[in-house]
Amino acid sequence: MRISGKYWTLIFLAALIAVTPLFFPSGYYFRVGSLLFVNGLAVTGIVVLTGYAGQISLGQAGFAGIGGYACALAPVHWGVPPALAVVLGAAVSGVLAYLVGRPILRLKGYYLSVASLGFGILVAMVLNNERELTKGPDGINVPDIGLRGLLSDWGLNLTNGEFWYALTGICLLIGAWIALNLQSSPTGRALRALHGSEVAASTVGIDVARVKIQAFVISAIYASVAGSLMALQNKFVTPDIAGFLHSVEMVTMAVLGGVASVPGAILGAGVLTLLPQVLTVLAEYEQLILGLVMMGVMIFLQEGLVPSILRWFRGRDE
Amino acid sequence: MLTVEGLRSRYGRIEVLHGIDLHVDSGEIVAVVGANGAGKTTLLRCLSGVQPVSAGTVTFRGEPLTVVPAHRRLARGLAQSPEGRQIFTNLTVAENLRLGAFLYSDDRVWKDMEDAFQMFPILREKRNLAAGGLSGGQQQMLAMARALMGRPSCLLLDEPSMGLAPIIVAQIFDVVKSLKALGVTVLLVEQNAFGALKVADRGYVMETGQITIQGEAAELIAHPRIREAYLGI
Repeated sequence: MRISGKYWTLIFLAALIAVTPLFFPSGYYFRVGSLLFVNGLAVTGIVVLTGYAGQISLGQAGFAGIGGYACALAPVHWGVPPALAVVLGAAVSGVLAYLVGRPILRLKGYYLSVASLGFGILVAMVLNNERELTKGPDGINVPDIGLRGLLSDWGLNLTNGEFWYALTGICLLIGAWIALNLQSSPTGRALRALHGSEVAASTVGIDVARVKIQAFVISAIYASVAGSLMALQNKFVTPDIAGFLHSVEMVTMAVLGGVASVPGAILGAGVLTLLPQVLTVLAEYEQLILGLVMMGVMIFLQEGLVPSILRWFRGRDE
Repeated sequence: MLTVEGLRSRYGRIEVLHGIDLHVDSGEIVAVVGANGAGKTTLLRCLSGVQPVSAGTVTFRGEPLTVVPAHRRLARGLAQSPEGRQIFTNLTVAENLRLGAFLYSDDRVWKDMEDAFQMFPILREKRNLAAGGLSGGQQQMLAMARALMGRPSCLLLDEPSMGLAPIIVAQIFDVVKSLKALGVTVLLVEQNAFGALKVADRGYVMETGQITIQGEAAELIAHPRIREAYLGI
């Protein structure tokens, strides 16, 4: 049987997630790994929106905030189990993305960037100011997801770090699998088509506005689930999760790795998650080096890390 | 098959189509010729639904067309190869053709793709390459083949000869002529009046947003004013 590139990507990713812990010198690295996977998940959503459909959202953190606070608030106020609160947050994010996107995505151009930027800032403001509900800028506790206890009842004892490493790793694999499947589906073809030419897309029968909204809703759900996982893992969430800087960070990760490619986006998330950890030894020069690395990538590897490296390898084969 | 009556359209406050009347009968090839800026492309944009119509009616196969959104018009049988070709440059040639049949997922898609490769053998050779790497003539062929993948009863062609070498232009017009045998009705908009009128059954001459002369294609080629203004004879 011939295994398509899609499955090779997933197999490679799964192997990487499974094998890397053998080389971890301490439990701390499990935490870094799960942080990377959560970022990778959010950035995979950006691949769908920006890489496939060519639309740029600067408000993804707003959806991450909704996902995060859904896990903080729903269990306490409505008795929703934390794991289900992830789904609830995703549903709310999806509906909000639809409501924001519907009027905007009928228009061509950069309107989505501006509207989503406003949306993200609005979410952050609500989280900061509705102190009665959200406890304001100091943040709020998030209940335990409860699954680790369930696993140990079945005889599988994991440390907290190991548990979150595994859970976020699995979520990332599922997210990557969905995004890769979407790419070769009719919707994925429609997205990549309208990225090329909206006029031509409508002449072949693609409802351009509708497909763009679908992409935006999908990316919002990715960001929301990532935000939920982040909050549940930390057992704590602050309004910073919905901040503008977090949105920019996600877009940067996607662009750095290669926005049209799922493995690229995950690598971008990896680099920008790990690099600050590595660069802490440089103390105040950390930001400087980070900036130089990013400028270097954008100047010399314009399509992002993975597509540029792949092209380089293919070029050498010939 | 296609009837346009009193069609007006404007860009902001400036009206560019001042009441166009034309009709295309089933099985015909009809050419609309005229100079740059006469409003030919605007006319086609109105027909494909990407340009708002301010007055007049368009009837396609007995039903009003102006209320149908652009992306639903192909399902009604109206396909187009838009101005500037508008192929999906980031996708492969085969993916472009597959997208032309976006509305369908049956086995006929592959048969139609095979037909497209028969019609334009060069596309078969390049089927797995990015469409952005094709030459202008090949891109025009791809745009036409993609439109035909949508199984249209009527095809709108916007300036298929634009910017192409004469030998390629001849090849493109040959294909347009052959569409008749496939039962596809064609509305062809062209600056290349001579080439277009040679393959067409009837023609319209458009000047500054109005139809000024119309008739059988052979008559128009012989018309003294057209010979002087458009054919350079």
